[in-house]
Amino acid sequence: MTALLATSGLTAFYGDFQALFGVDLAVEEGEAVAIIGANGAGKSTLLRTICGLLPAPSDRIRYRGAAIGSLSPADIVSRGIALVPEGRKLFPSLSVEENLLMGQQSGRKGPWNLDHVYTLFPILKERRRQASTSLSGGQQQMAAIGRALMTNPELLLCDEISLGLAPIVIRDVYGALPGIRAGGTSLVVVEQDINRALALADRVYCLQEGRVTLEAKPASLTREQIKLAYFGV
Amino acid sequence: MSSAASTPAFRIERSTRTSWIGLVLAIAIVVLLVSVPWWGGEDDLRLIVEICYTIALAQLWNLLAGYAGLVSVGQQAFVGLGGYALFGLTILAGVPPLPAIVLAGVIAALIAVPTALIVFRLRGAYFAIGTWVIAEVYSEVMGLIRDLGAGTGMSLPVAISRHVGETRFDREASLYYVGLVIGIGTVAVVFAWLRSRQGLALTAIRDSETAAGSVGINNDRTKYAVYLLAALVTGMIGALIYLEKLRISPDSAFDVIDWTADIIFIVVIGGIGSIEGPFLGALVFFALRYFLADYGAWYMILLGAVAVVIMLLAPRGLWGLVADRFDIHFFPVRRRVRLE
Amino acid sequence: MDWINGILQGALIGGLYALFAAGLSLMFGVMRLVNIAHGDLIVFAAYLGLVVVQTLGLSPFVSLVIVVPTMFVLGYILQRGLLNFTLGGDILPPLLVTFGLSIIIQNALLEGFSADSQKLQAGNFETASLHISDQLAIGWFPFVIFLTAVAVIALLELLIYRTALGRAFRATSDDADTARLYGVRNRHVYALATALSLAVISIAAIFLAVRVNFDPASGPARLLYAFEAVIIGGLGSLWGTLAGGVVLGVAQAVGAQLNPGWESLAGHLAFLAVLILRPRGLFPKLVD
Repeated sequence: MTALLATSGLTAFYGDFQALFGVDLAVEEGEAVAIIGANGAGKSTLLRTICGLLPAPSDRIRYRGAAIGSLSPADIVSRGIALVPEGRKLFPSLSVEENLLMGQQSGRKGPWNLDHVYTLFPILKERRRQASTSLSGGQQQMAAIGRALMTNPELLLCDEISLGLAPIVIRDVYGALPGIRAGGTSLVVVEQDINRALALADRVYCLQEGRVTLEAKPASLTREQIKLAYFGV
Repeated sequence: MSSAASTPAFRIERSTRTSWIGLVLAIAIVVLLVSVPWWGGEDDLRLIVEICYTIALAQLWNLLAGYAGLVSVGQQAFVGLGGYALFGLTILAGVPPLPAIVLAGVIAALIAVPTALIVFRLRGAYFAIGTWVIAEVYSEVMGLIRDLGAGTGMSLPVAISRHVGETRFDREASLYYVGLVIGIGTVAVVFAWLRSRQGLALTAIRDSETAAGSVGINNDRTKYAVYLLAALVTGMIGALIYLEKLRISPDSAFDVIDWTADIIFIVVIGGIGSIEGPFLGALVFFALRYFLADYGAWYMILLGAVAVVIMLLAPRGLWGLVADRFDIHFFPVRRRVRLE
Repeated sequence: MDWINGILQGALIGGLYALFAAGLSLMFGVMRLVNIAHGDLIVFAAYLGLVVVQTLGLSPFVSLVIVVPTMFVLGYILQRGLLNFTLGGDILPPLLVTFGLSIIIQNALLEGFSADSQKLQAGNFETASLHISDQLAIGWFPFVIFLTAVAVIALLELLIYRTALGRAFRATSDDADTARLYGVRNRHVYALATALSLAVISIAAIFLAVRVNFDPASGPARLLYAFEAVIIGGLGSLWGTLAGGVVLGVAQAVGAQLNPGWESLAGHLAFLAVLILRPRGLFPKLVD
């Protein structure tokens, strides 16, 4: 069986600076995969490369068996991969609802629409006419997830969706993920909070300095293994 | 590098082998240029003066746009003000022409002070168009002054041009040396400025304005200084040009094509952000003009197209291509850290 | 009464400047590109109108049916074929490339049409006026220009704030990379913005060509008027731009009343006054 998403020997560069050194990663259909690692390990770079924001050799990224490495971000999202970017990146000139509607630019059909997102995050419906900049951090994160869902993704990539949020808010945001998964969307979650990541994921990868240092099922992992993979000491 | 030396194992180089060759070459060229009035004709003198002030204008625009990030499309303002200042000083105030050239530069710089205060409120591309508006304003204001010929312009009385020299050739020769001094002086000043602390600050601003600000470089003061310097020298050049042309009008003195567009093309083609670039660009410019002078509009179309193509394909211009390939630097303004 | 008529006429002609300016703002708003060739593209559209009128024998206003779509397509091609390659961080490439383009267009027009000035004729309509009282009259033509400007700006506002394309414009303007993540093809969106900009200015170009003489060198002045209207009105607001155009038109009318030679100088001085006193313009958008 081919994986939903598979990278093989994936490299990425910012100018002369190499950020990824041959990353192999696979996501099966219906799976939830967590990627952990210290700051600067290359987690966000990996997601940005998969989404086409950074150039990659075409055959190093395969989606449903097809080489997608050299496609544009617009083509990739229309194939069903959506990113919730680090720092949320809502469009400040757009209202909350307009931010959600941006997800429809990809033109993909599916179960997700405004009503469905508002059912998942009722607070967004109340705030839908407001400027996106007026939302609290947690609400902004919900809007960012909602915007990605509006593209009707088969694979949702979440980059540090707990960043800068209070624990109780994190619980709300993470509380939405099982429902999204139940709808048939596979997940890749990049997370600094290891416990959060392990609780959610079927499988976990650890990145360190642009390389995969660990790949395992959470249940089989010991603290020591994680520490070694995380810090290299 | 295995032993961790306590003294740093590098030195900072500011000259290159080619820069010494360049110096010798430059001295030879200067000697040759100084001798031209003894063997050249009036046409030669005029052409060399034109080349001199064109290179000077190009160096100044390059200093503004290539280093200080001030993309001005309004340098014709200071050419025109310099020219009009010369006419005003000599005709209305009775100042002899040669000192009037220097004074005209000073006047242009004085006018540049309030001008800068206004246009510096605009950033980036809006600054560019703002400088153009200002040039239009000065052009229209000069067109209102009756004593200076209003909209139709005026000629410099013969009595005044006689001050420069009795015979026509004497005049040409005198203006030739003025042009030479302005041309060489401008290159020397720009070169010295870029090698100074100010120059280092400029290069830092060019590379990243925010970063330069954060390490304590006062961006605005450095930019003001460059803007005023450019106005001063451009004003002197304007005075020289119209002392040679003997006739001035608002349309010609504030012409955006002659005093800014051509200059921009020269810098872009030659290589923005280097001192060598404007020389190379001027060479291309005068060569194209020599061969295509009869084609009128096509010549400008070609010049514009070449500049567009170079901007897109080789943003550092022809000199950038040469310098990358051969590592030649006649005017070393960079500091190199050499590990030993 | 001459004064009031003059000022009223100036205010209506401000609509023309607002149309010039709307095209400039649209491109700047979406992709931070300041198009130095803007004025020359206006004059290019005027010549296109001239050719259409002369070859097909149409009235200038009917020629819009051909001129507007042609300029739209040219704008799309210009952006995708040239200007897209200048975008990204550094301000020099877009400035210098459009500056080069400006010189190329001027000289191509000079080669094609000579330096002679041209004008489009619209018959009696040019001078017909609506008499409000014995002494107060407004010209029909300036009135139509102003109404057109209001209509075009209203349509642009609708497009920008009420459609998916408008959302893509604003989102791309905020953060082009993030917009791409959700399916915005930014190169296409930029090209549509330029296409739209040229469609808007070609309407203005035909009005201009009916109102005054034009020649290949008429472009830069139009760029400066457009720019002044944008800055006077305040960046980022199209209705502000209309107000900016009106202020500019009134200033020029006042100048012209004082002395025919002061018309454009008075406009420039109004612009400088706003820049000194209210550098963010008269009607700045509240949120940047």
